Order: sequence, then C-alpha cells, then structure tokens
Amino acid sequence: MSLLEIENLSVEIDGTPILKGVDLTIDQGEVMGLVGESGSGKSMTALAVMGLLPFAARAAGRVSFGGIDILAATEDQMCALRGDDIGMVFQEPMTALNPVKTIGEQVAEGIRWHTRATRADAEAHARKILDRVGLPEAKFPLSVYPHQLSGGQRQRVVIAIACALKPKLLIADEPTTALDVVLQKQILELLRDLVDENRMGLLLISHDLAVVTDMSDRITVMRHGEVMEGGETARTLSRQLHPYTRQLAQASMHVPQRKPFASPSWGDRAAGAGGGSDRTQAGRPSATPERGRDADPELVEGKADWGKNQSALLSVENIVRDYPGRRTSLFRKPEPVRAVDGVSFSMQPGQSTALVGRSGCGKSTLARMILALDRPTDGEIRFIGEALTGKDEAALKSARRNMQVVFQDPYGSFDPRHKVERLIAEPLHLMEEKPSAKERRDKVAAALHEVGLSPRDMDKYPHEFSGGQRQRLSIARAIITRPKLVVADEPVSALDVSIRAQILDLFADLNSRLGVAYLFITHDLTVARAITDDVMVMHEGRIVERGPTAEVLDHPQSDAAKALVAAAPDLHRAIARRLQEQG
Amino acid sequence: MTAYILKRLLIGIATLVVASVVVFSMLEIVPGDPARLMLGINATDDALQALRQQMGLDQPLVWRYLEWASGLLTLDFGRSYTYSVPVIDLIAERIVVSLPLAVIALVMSTAIAIPVGVFSASRRGRPADTISMGATQFGVAVPNFWFALLLIYIFAVWLRLVPAGGFPGWSAGVWPALTALILPAVALALPQAAILARVTRSSLLEVLGEDYIRTARAKGIPYRHVLWRHALRNALIPVVTILGLQFAFLLAGTIIIENVFYLPGLGRLVFQAITQRDLIVVEGVVMLLVAAVIVVNLLVDLSYALVDPRLRANR
Repeated sequence: MSLLEIENLSVEIDGTPILKGVDLTIDQGEVMGLVGESGSGKSMTALAVMGLLPFAARAAGRVSFGGIDILAATEDQMCALRGDDIGMVFQEPMTALNPVKTIGEQVAEGIRWHTRATRADAEAHARKILDRVGLPEAKFPLSVYPHQLSGGQRQRVVIAIACALKPKLLIADEPTTALDVVLQKQILELLRDLVDENRMGLLLISHDLAVVTDMSDRITVMRHGEVMEGGETARTLSRQLHPYTRQLAQASMHVPQRKPFASPSWGDRAAGAGGGSDRTQAGRPSATPERGRDADPELVEGKADWGKNQSALLSVENIVRDYPGRRTSLFRKPEPVRAVDGVSFSMQPGQSTALVGRSGCGKSTLARMILALDRPTDGEIRFIGEALTGKDEAALKSARRNMQVVFQDPYGSFDPRHKVERLIAEPLHLMEEKPSAKERRDKVAAALHEVGLSPRDMDKYPHEFSGGQRQRLSIARAIITRPKLVVADEPVSALDVSIRAQILDLFADLNSRLGVAYLFITHDLTVARAITDDVMVMHEGRIVERGPTAEVLDHPQSDAAKALVAAAPDLHRAIARRLQEQG
Repeated sequence: MTAYILKRLLIGIATLVVASVVVFSMLEIVPGDPARLMLGINATDDALQALRQQMGLDQPLVWRYLEWASGLLTLDFGRSYTYSVPVIDLIAERIVVSLPLAVIALVMSTAIAIPVGVFSASRRGRPADTISMGATQFGVAVPNFWFALLLIYIFAVWLRLVPAGGFPGWSAGVWPALTALILPAVALALPQAAILARVTRSSLLEVLGEDYIRTARAKGIPYRHVLWRHALRNALIPVVTILGLQFAFLLAGTIIIENVFYLPGLGRLVFQAITQRDLIVVEGVVMLLVAAVIVVNLLVDLSYALVDPRLRANR
C-alpha cells in the first residue's frame, strides 16, 4: 500500500468542477512532481490532501493517507494529521509567517500542540530543526521576527515548521517560485536532503518542468483539473508521448525567432562586422560564441568605452543610489545603504539587453532611475543625447514618450475600474499634440492589433482578460507612443510556460518590426538567453560582468555569473541526468 | 524606541501650543462681550468699563493670550466669569464624574465588542453571524439617548434596581456613585460596542484570508485557536484606533446622556458655559480635551508598537 493514494478525486465549487477524477500515489521516500499551468488544479489537489479545501468545495472520490480516509475524516482527526504526519510548504514566503510572532514561537507552536511538550522542550526542538534548515542560532535566535529575515530565510522557517515533527508526507506547493534561482537551488537541495534523511514522501508542485524533472522520481502532468499523464520522470519526459506533455516541454525551452531590425545604426554595426546575419537563422540567435566578438567589437574590445558612446540611445555614467540606512543611535547620522554603486553602460538603438542578477542586487533600482522615477545620488543618465538627471516633469516629457515600461505583475498594473481604451491610451498625454478622440481610438486599435489582440477589446475591463492577455495589454500600453526603449521588469516571470513563450515571441517580433530597444530585467537566464543580444550581470549594486548573452551564459567569468548559471534549472540537463539514473 | 517616544511627545507638545492659539482666537472672534453678559443689558458704561478692566478684557489680545497660556502651565485656567471661582475647580468637580463614566463605558464596549466581533467572524455567513451583525447594525443606527430612556424604564422604573438619574457624589460612598453611573455607561457603551464589533469582525475577516493563517492551520492547530492566537492580534490595530477616537468622544461628547441622567459632567459644564458666554471656562475645558486626545493618541501609537514588532524596529 502506498503512503498516499488518491483515486478518482473530484472537487467542485458551486457546481463548477475544479478537479475531475484525479489519480495519484506517493510511496514512502518518493518524490512525486505535480506539474501543470495555473488553474490546472495542482494546489486544489494539495489542499484536498490537507483537508483544507475552501468551505464551498465538495469533494468526491477517495484520498487515503496511511490507511486513513481523508475525505471522511473529522476536523479533529485532520488536525492530528496536519503538521504531524503531513507537512506543507507554501509558495509565498514573504506572507506565510505571522508577522507578530517570533520564528521560535511559530516553529515551537506545532511541536507543543502535537507532542504536548513543555515550552522549553518545544523550543529546544525548534532550535534543532532551525539549525538543520540552515538558520544557525548565532545569526538567527528564536526571538527573531519574520520581517527581519529575507525571502529565502523565511522559506527555510516555513520548511522548519513543516518538517519539525518528521512528517511522513511533505507537500511543497511552488516552494521556490517567488525566489531567485540561486535561492531556488538551495531550497530544493534542502528539501531533497530532508526527504532522504527522513524517508519522507514529497509531493512537489510546480509549474516549472525543469525543477520538477530535476527533483522527482515520478511526475504527474495536470491540465484543467485532469491528469494528462503520469509515470517515471525520465521515461515520461524523454518520450513525450502525450501531446500536452510535449507542448509543455517545448514551451519551457522555447526560443523566439528573431530578425534584425533594419535601422541604420544597427545595420551599420551588423554589416560592418559581417556577422549580423546569424540572427536571422532559426534557433538561438547567438549559438556560436565567436559571433558576438565579430559582430560587436565595441562590446568586447571597447569595454573601457562603455557609457561614453555619444550616438548611444541610452548612456548611464557612474550612477550611484544611496538609501537612508537604519538609524542605530539618536545622535549619529545613519549609514546610507548603497543600492547602486557606480554603474556605467550604454545601449544602442534596437539593442536588446538583459540585466540579470539575484533579488536585491539593485537591478530594479537601476531601472527606476533610467525611467526617471527615482533620482540618482550621483552620476548621469543620458537618453537620446539628453540628460535625464536633475530635470523636472515637464522637461522629461519627450524622454518619457520615448521610454516605456512593462511590469512583472499583469494583475496589479492596471486600474480595475478603467476600460482598456483608457488604460492603453494613458501614455498619449505625453504627445506634443493632444490626439482627438478618434485618433486616440485609432492608436489604441493599432496598438492592440500590434500585440495580437482585437480592437474590439477596447471597451472591456482588465478583469475580462487572462494573465497572458493582460501582459499583452501592458505591452500595448508601452508601445503606443512608439518608444525607442522599453524597460521590462521580469515581464514573463508571472506567466505560465506556454503563455510565456507567446509573450517572448511578441517581444522578439516587436523588436524586429518596430526597432524597439529592450532592457530586460530578470533573474531567469532562459529569458535572457531567448531574446537578448547582450547581458549585464549585476551583483551588490555593481555590474560585475557583461558581454554578448551566449558568451556570458556559456562561459561566465565572475562568481556572481557562475552562481546564476549553475543554479538555473535546465530541462535538457535535467532530463539527461534523470535518464542516466532511471535508465 | 526611546527616540520614537520622544519624537511623539514633542509633536504632542507642538500640537498643544497650536491648539491653544486656535482655541483662544476662535473664542475671541465670536461676538458677545462677557462683561456685558455678566452685568446685564441695563448696566452703565462706567460699570462695564470697570468690570472689563478688572477682568483684564481691555488688555491687548497677545498679552491676554500669553497670560492665559502661561496660566495653563501651572493648571491655572483663570476664573469663571459667571461663577467667579477658579475654572480648575469647576473642571475638577465635573471630571470625577466624566472620567469614570468614560472609562466604564469604554471597558464595557470593548468587553462586548471583541467577543461579538470574533464570534461573528468565526461563523462568517452563517445564521449566528447574520443575527449578531443585524444586532450591531441596530446598535449603530439607534441613538444612545433612546437606549438611555429604555434602560431607565426597565432598570429604574420597572425593576427599581438603580436610580433613574442624578449623582450622589463620591463622598456618598463608592457603591451609590457607581450605581448612578452604570445605566449611563451602558447607554454610552452599546452604540460604541456596535461600531467596534463591526470593525473587529471585518478586520479579523481580512486577516483570516492571509497566508500565515493557512500556515498555522497546516500545523494542525484547530481553527478556533488559530483565530484567537494568530488572527486577533494582527486584527487589533484598526480596533485600537477606533477605541482611541471613542475615548475622546466619551469624555466630553456625552452631553445628551448627561442631561438624560442629570449627571454633573464636563459636557453639561461646557454647554452651560457656552450659553452664558463664560469663554474662559470653554477654553479651559477644550484645552483639557485637546490634552486628553493627544495623550490617548500617544498611547494608541505606543500600543501599535506593542502589537506589531515591525513598528518597534526602525523608528
């Protein structure tokens, strides 16, 4: 008998079916990967096992854990299981801990509840498990509050809570989705070690096929509340018999086709070097490492000249940004925190550049200064030959028109009470002449068409669109003024893989058709590899490495870049490794 | 933390100074000469002049402000125009009624509101929730003097448990004085409790949707415990804010209730002073209330820090 057996599980909420006949088993010590896109029912399956389904949900079928029928269990029986025999780790570490209780209280609480241990014993136990998950006493005493910890550290606390009583089954629902790749690797390694140590079963839920492949013995692929395919990881993914599995795998590895934009400056550069036609070929545009050297001599040999180029679209010189630090004494001035530390670079028209780095490295601060949403403490930013620093809003108008932004969260970046026409037309107030109502509608219609939506969508509200469509809306809003530069802050990291592939295609297409230059801010190296020419690696406020994307990613030199590359999940590599292990 | 308290104190003092200027000049601008009011319309000009001189009303405005304000520092609020006794004596006489009344009402309303709010939130959407929220809706809508009349009818006229009104004074003993305050305190507390219960419920419901509640439930802690141990403390900040505002109101906004129960409280004092143009009494009471509000707000701010460790750091 398996540890967990789910047979023909169906869940409906208010008559809407959420899960349809899900089957799944997990043995002791086994890692089961559950993959699927958002809305496929992965989390609902996990909540059904925990007995934490929403009140309105009706479940049918059989869920049996160690012989206990979970769907028929009383709340008291479930309370005895939860946290003791079944532990759960959630997606969002920033909000998963109670802000008003110390980590010691929160880890010890479950221990005290289940073992009836005294406070002192429970705290000693909590101390041990916190040490185990990598939060040693010297730096992380029990009296620390969650807000004093980073996202990765908080996720370790959540794992400590889930694993404190050595559960038989651990459910991890997108445990690393909110973390950068380096932290992701650390957390996944921790989970794997804990599973091995305690012979736990692990149900690992993720939308990231590479992560799941890397971690799981078997996988289950879900879509629209149904199981599409399940089986041994290596066999399932190497054969890709099921069309949906194949579709997911292809979308995860998707690289958009890119064509060069025929702008004079770009054409000169490419033609002069004689290697620019590489990028018209299918597949990775810069697969040969030499290509970058040939095509962009100034990028490699002229490293000293970065930031001094006069014809550049954007040039950033020695930018510094300090934030006021925490005050330690009433009478001493607080030490400022340096978020961006002497950064210089330049971008050519039509160039697509990635700015990669771990969370907190200063990349978003740098982007805000380029967008003139924040003022640098020191240094100069020039955009189309014009200084941005130290100007007021009126003087920035033309710069703003030529520079737009796409944010990460397609849900949060629209006012839910405005119609699409108004949302997309927003940047038009930057035009010299105010467009008439008809011109406005025409421009909005054209922008919608450009991003693959229908002009009829103009009169809808944002909630009527899916996540991917909303990201198209934000791109439409960004290109309506025909900007020369679009700054995109993690534009695809909130999207499912198949949608992500479509949006990357759209970015590539707009780049070649309109000649828009991109500054892509991301911690995801596959995104950088897919659609950028050059990459800059940022670490602790400085740019520590830069060059043609393929070259930097294939042969990273700096420690920061090496860490990023080593930690990035890669589906090809993961499948190859699994095949070796599972034969 | 010390820096935070110091900063708050300084802001409080600055607010007091500004308030004193505003209070003083507002009452100077309003028409009506206190001297004439005291002497009546038949007084001769000479007598009027003499009285004005005696009261210091002929002095320049700034001078009079400084004199009044420096008096405040030594708790010298001046002498009442109508009663010719020190204002501080009048206030002292009344505050021994108003302050206990406000405190009792506040404690009662909190003691009713928080359990009702928690109870309602924990049974969201079920009949118990609908009934208790219906009751609080009623409590918010009905004015407190109606409750007062109802209470007098039931407990004083019908059951004869407590007096219908009046205040025997604390010298008559603690128990008689307390029984005189109970009905007015209940009448004041009920509408306040209704508001507070609704705030508690909605704040709690918001917190119950947070991720950390799910984490706590995943530990195997029963829902009821999660509610009291994890949710309530996080939900308290808006509740404490409303409590602070209510206290200020209860201290002097209770004129109607004081009238219904014939209580010699601050509300009635200030009402009489206004009708008699006894400006110096009005000024004194208002300054006292401003000070009370500032102190309560300071306590509210400090209690935020007590509830939420994030506010303790970095200030």
